[in-house]
Amino acid sequence: MKNRSLSFWLFVTPTLVALALVVFIPALMGIFYSFTNWDGLTYTTMLGFKNYITVFQDSGFLAALWFTVKFVVVTVILLNVIGLSLALLVTRKFKGNNLLRTVFFMPNLIGGLILGFIWQFIFTQVFDALGFSGWLTNQTTGFWGLVIVTLWQMSGYIMIIYIAYLQNIPTEVIEAAEIDGASPWQRFWNITFPMIAPAFTVSMFLTLSNGFKLYDPNLSLTNGGPYKSTEMLAMNIVNTAYSENDFARAEAKALVFFVIVGAISLLQVYYTRKREVDL
Amino acid sequence: MKKTSKLVIALVSFLLGLLWIFPFYLILTNSFKTPKGIFASVLSLPSPATGDNYVNSFKALDFLRSLGNSLIITVVGVILIIVFSAMAAYALQRNHSKISGGILMLFVSAMLIPFQTVMIPLTANFGRVHMLNMWGLIFMYIGFQSSLSIFLYQGTIASIPVSMDESAELEGANRLQTFFKIIFPMLTPITTTVGILNIIALWNDYLLPSLVLPQNQYTIPLQMFFFFGQYTKQWHLALAGLALSILPVIIFYAFAQRYIIKGVTDGAVK
Repeated sequence: MKNRSLSFWLFVTPTLVALALVVFIPALMGIFYSFTNWDGLTYTTMLGFKNYITVFQDSGFLAALWFTVKFVVVTVILLNVIGLSLALLVTRKFKGNNLLRTVFFMPNLIGGLILGFIWQFIFTQVFDALGFSGWLTNQTTGFWGLVIVTLWQMSGYIMIIYIAYLQNIPTEVIEAAEIDGASPWQRFWNITFPMIAPAFTVSMFLTLSNGFKLYDPNLSLTNGGPYKSTEMLAMNIVNTAYSENDFARAEAKALVFFVIVGAISLLQVYYTRKREVDL
Repeated sequence: MKKTSKLVIALVSFLLGLLWIFPFYLILTNSFKTPKGIFASVLSLPSPATGDNYVNSFKALDFLRSLGNSLIITVVGVILIIVFSAMAAYALQRNHSKISGGILMLFVSAMLIPFQTVMIPLTANFGRVHMLNMWGLIFMYIGFQSSLSIFLYQGTIASIPVSMDESAELEGANRLQTFFKIIFPMLTPITTTVGILNIIALWNDYLLPSLVLPQNQYTIPLQMFFFFGQYTKQWHLALAGLALSILPVIIFYAFAQRYIIKGVTDGAVK
């Protein structure tokens, strides 16, 4: 297809116009507004870096950042451990292994908002009845509540990714090792584990960026409470904009958020490429 | 030795499966109880069982309307995303110029921009032109979802030889005919993947619709959020509402399970 041909532009224009109007123009406007006193409609003065300075002096934002980082570290580790364990279990041959795959994956299809409400019932009503009262009433139980919901939602997804790579390992390799007298543990560490290393990179990327962007379960499970102690980054930005109506500062926060998430994504892509070359 | 280890693995997996199912069991059983029944025992089966919670929450949720809104937005949105992304991916793959490469870079780099970064100016702009409604929302979804969809289509289109296009054109087909009659039907497996991923994303989305939709166009997640706000502490109604809102997803999963798992795998691994 030629550049100048009408058909090339006919094919590309619908998505390109949507992308420009929905992503790039708002992003550029957002960068500009973050240097002004924009109130969502108009702006009167340029403020330079003032919004950005206040972002880093905002104790709520810094607390949300720290809470989010802790959440991401814990969930990335646990999701990969649980996801891989589930994958190793259900790829063994026994009756019902396919049904169990279906079961482990199911929560992933339900939206984070609904999942948060389901667990709000469990943490408050069911845990209370079982004698573990007071869940979601402080930062610690709120944190672990969010971790549990995320594990329930995402483990099956990570499991599916590991299964895809596990199934690519030729059975002859495993059998050869077995004949050579390798123990199950040796087989896992020396054959299976190196061969599913790319799966680790993929799921690491997904769990990292999902963790940083988490919003829906945060809203429905704790709504950031008590006293904003379980507020994560995404929620802090949304609340700055739509509860405090401080749009310019919210946009500055969102751009700081973009730089953090973008840097992590790029590092991850770089790391993946490097490893693919090494293999 | 081998037999026992196999038995242990099956047993552990089975117990984990029960643990995974347990939240659904709790929601379902308690949704048939009276408030007193829930208070008396959360773990037991409902006795007496009542369907009243479902009748009441069905009305309070205005369930049919929110279901209809969710269906319209998801179905129309996903069809448009599929058609436009496949077209763009085809044009970009068959054209090897710098412009084409640059446009593809734009789509890929858009995937790095988090939603929160564009959300405020985006809704302000669409508000100014009175497009804060489900049609505006569908347009926004085309913008947000086309990057991943184009990316997924690209790889498959590359594997279709250009000679297919050329022979169609020799027979007098124009570009549109070549694409829709020859190429697009060959893309069905990846179209299923793109469709599944977008259905899941659009159906479950909360934040963007909450900023865009007027109340009479609320989708299921939005309606659920406001329903929950109104009925806090009335768990018997809230639970029936939750069960109702999960039902369409379970039905979809039951019918399309194989495609869903394949689609989700492709989307993550590719």
